[in-house]
Amino acid sequence: MGRPPQVLFMTAYILKRLAIGIATLLVASIVVFAVLEILPGDPAQLMLGLNATPETLEALRQQMGLHQPWPVRYLSWLGGLLTLDFGRSYTYSVPVIDLVRERAVVSLPLAAISLVLSTAIAIPVGIFAASRRGRAGDTIAMGTAQLGVAIPNFWFGLLLIYLFAVWLRLVPAGGFPGWAAGIWPALKALILPAIALALPQAAILARVTRSALLDVLNEDYIRTARAKGMPRRYVLWRHALRNALIPVLTIIGLQFAFLLAGTIIIENVFYLPGLGRLIFQAITQRDLIVVESVVMLLVAAVILVNFLVDLSYAAVDPRLRARQ
Amino acid sequence: MKVWKTILAASALALVSSTAALAARTDLVLGIPLEPPHLDPTAGAAAAIDEVLYANVFEGLTRIGSKGEVLPALAESWTISDDGKVYTFKLHTGVKFHDGTDFNADDVKFSLDRARAENSTNAQKGLFAAIDTVEVVDPATVKVTLKRPQGSFLYNMGWGDAVIVAQESAETNKEKPIGTGPFKFDNWAKGASITLSKNPDYWGDPVALEKAEFRIVPDAAAAIPALLSGDVQAFPNVGVGDALAQIEADPRFKVVIGSTEGETLLSTNNKKPPFDKLQVRQAIAHALDRKAIIDAASSGLGTPIGSHFSPANAAYVDLTGTYPHDVAKAKELLKEAGFPDGFKATLKLPPPAYARDGGQVIAAELREIGIDLEIIPVEWADWLSQVFTNKDYDLTIVSHTEPNDIDIYSRKDYYFNYDNPAFDKVIAQLDETADEAKRTELYKQAQKILADDAVNGFLFELPKIGIWDAKVEGLWENSPIQANDLTKVKWVD
Repeated sequence: MGRPPQVLFMTAYILKRLAIGIATLLVASIVVFAVLEILPGDPAQLMLGLNATPETLEALRQQMGLHQPWPVRYLSWLGGLLTLDFGRSYTYSVPVIDLVRERAVVSLPLAAISLVLSTAIAIPVGIFAASRRGRAGDTIAMGTAQLGVAIPNFWFGLLLIYLFAVWLRLVPAGGFPGWAAGIWPALKALILPAIALALPQAAILARVTRSALLDVLNEDYIRTARAKGMPRRYVLWRHALRNALIPVLTIIGLQFAFLLAGTIIIENVFYLPGLGRLIFQAITQRDLIVVESVVMLLVAAVILVNFLVDLSYAAVDPRLRARQ
Repeated sequence: MKVWKTILAASALALVSSTAALAARTDLVLGIPLEPPHLDPTAGAAAAIDEVLYANVFEGLTRIGSKGEVLPALAESWTISDDGKVYTFKLHTGVKFHDGTDFNADDVKFSLDRARAENSTNAQKGLFAAIDTVEVVDPATVKVTLKRPQGSFLYNMGWGDAVIVAQESAETNKEKPIGTGPFKFDNWAKGASITLSKNPDYWGDPVALEKAEFRIVPDAAAAIPALLSGDVQAFPNVGVGDALAQIEADPRFKVVIGSTEGETLLSTNNKKPPFDKLQVRQAIAHALDRKAIIDAASSGLGTPIGSHFSPANAAYVDLTGTYPHDVAKAKELLKEAGFPDGFKATLKLPPPAYARDGGQVIAAELREIGIDLEIIPVEWADWLSQVFTNKDYDLTIVSHTEPNDIDIYSRKDYYFNYDNPAFDKVIAQLDETADEAKRTELYKQAQKILADDAVNGFLFELPKIGIWDAKVEGLWENSPIQANDLTKVKWVD
């Protein structure tokens, strides 16, 4: 009883979030497994093609463990997940975790760079537009943002390639040399796709920032602060922005989750070996174990990001911490 | 004096290295659309495996040349017994695998026995079906005895699925391929690229390239900027569609339109009514306008075919005139078959552009004679299980890319559901005949039977659209088998 109620509340809050997270993972595992089980298509047939004899197919199915009934396969997969053993890819015949690691070193930095870029662009633009509401600056900024939302990112990516890779020859047109080739060559390969990904995200984020700020600026306490004689700029930065951060943080969390694996189109345009392409390839090849395990990892990542976002709410909003 | 010598030596060295700098490039980056699932040609049907490794890293007893001919490879020469059943191969000596182990007759026996073993997962196990025994006579001689004479045996041994592997490395070839070829496997950055380097200890003619990288470029729209920026110097086979004109006009690049072994078919379920009626199939054949289909499905680049045979093959006969495009005739035949008002059917289309684009045109053409097709797009995995395995389909469009595969029409239970004893007899004879002239004659008969029976809608031979730097020479123009043979590739100035 010696602990302050605030700490107790935070512990309960975190535990509750964790329990929800684990329940979500379990449900996701059932859904993912069931969906892939229903999906027609035989991985062995896909690997062996049109000329394979029936006994060859049977031999390969035995090797892959596909002859076991589905409850056995589900439980052994789930047991593997719990011990962090994600199984072996049918098609590549290497541990799934190795595939994920190879792809994550592309996808994670790419997502991080895009997120930093988009936030660095969007928040100042959003603040600028909100502070000049209805004036020319607001119209221009929001018009540009509208354009940014409307432009398909693969087209924008191709435009960047022609400009910076074909014409100016500053960066490669695509591909990823690997971090072993050096930090700079690897970054050079990621910069164009990061820009192509960041711009539409920034456009959305800027609009959210602007409208969240405007909502807050209409609140009574802002009027009161202004009435007390606080300078407009001070009210904006000190009172309004902090209160407007919650929707902005929510969007940033969602965007990071999207950037981790939802970038398949940009990965194709820049032929980057990222997580999105791994999943896409695995689905078309019916490399079920890869699809299942990678999707579960992504679900876990999304839950983690949401959890961090929830925690950050508490950080920016003292009321959430104090509430009992 | 000594000083002078040193200076002389140094300047000579400098001269040598500066001429070396002027010499032609020895590295090449090739773009391929699909990544191989693994790197063992003896354990998968994916064309991408052979497209990286065949003739470059792995070699067989024989090999297929750029015109589809059978050439000696690890077997220096061979003799065939008079009854056509015993093949005695004389092997090259002094050949080493890339891990330093020696190649000899034991490896040949191991590879052939492994491919035809009961638990084998070789995708083309049928290639080895005729083999009865494989005997090691001495380290440089192998005797293969067949159950029956097989005319295509030497050709079969040239497939990528029949390459020779070593017992020590067979199980790890999927990740780290060890062959006897002029290139060694270096590195596979999954999802990105596969790198090969020159094998300095190669037993045959040394190759000109020091380093070759196969870069995976899945999107055709990305292929053009990759070429223009110089990142990739060759796309041996790329579906760039409308952008081709832009590249053709650019003198820095060569555009080479060749042919593949891909017979593109409107595959028909021959047992399912009404397609079991010859008149219905003939009506469909008359309704197809190959030119319009080729324009839509392959940018006008495919070669029309009238049977299941490659126009690049010496035994090809042009049968495109068997049932010429004639809508009135087609309607008449349909009426004779008892369908004056046509009928409804489905057309299942797998993902490749030739199928999806060609399917639209074919559906329109068949609607003209009253056949109302419902188009059902399916994924590959779906296509394989629904159409290919369960034969749950009416019509579908697919390209059969295996070389010399007319024998599939004699297979029991194949998805065409075609059954003609006269045709099976021709194929059986072909299997036993080694004489080239007789084989050609039999091949012609087989083509004729399929064309007359209108088994499938025979559409066109899939083109191979190659684009590469104008200074690159030696890449294959055609694709008689799925391969990107780099052994003769070099840069010229």
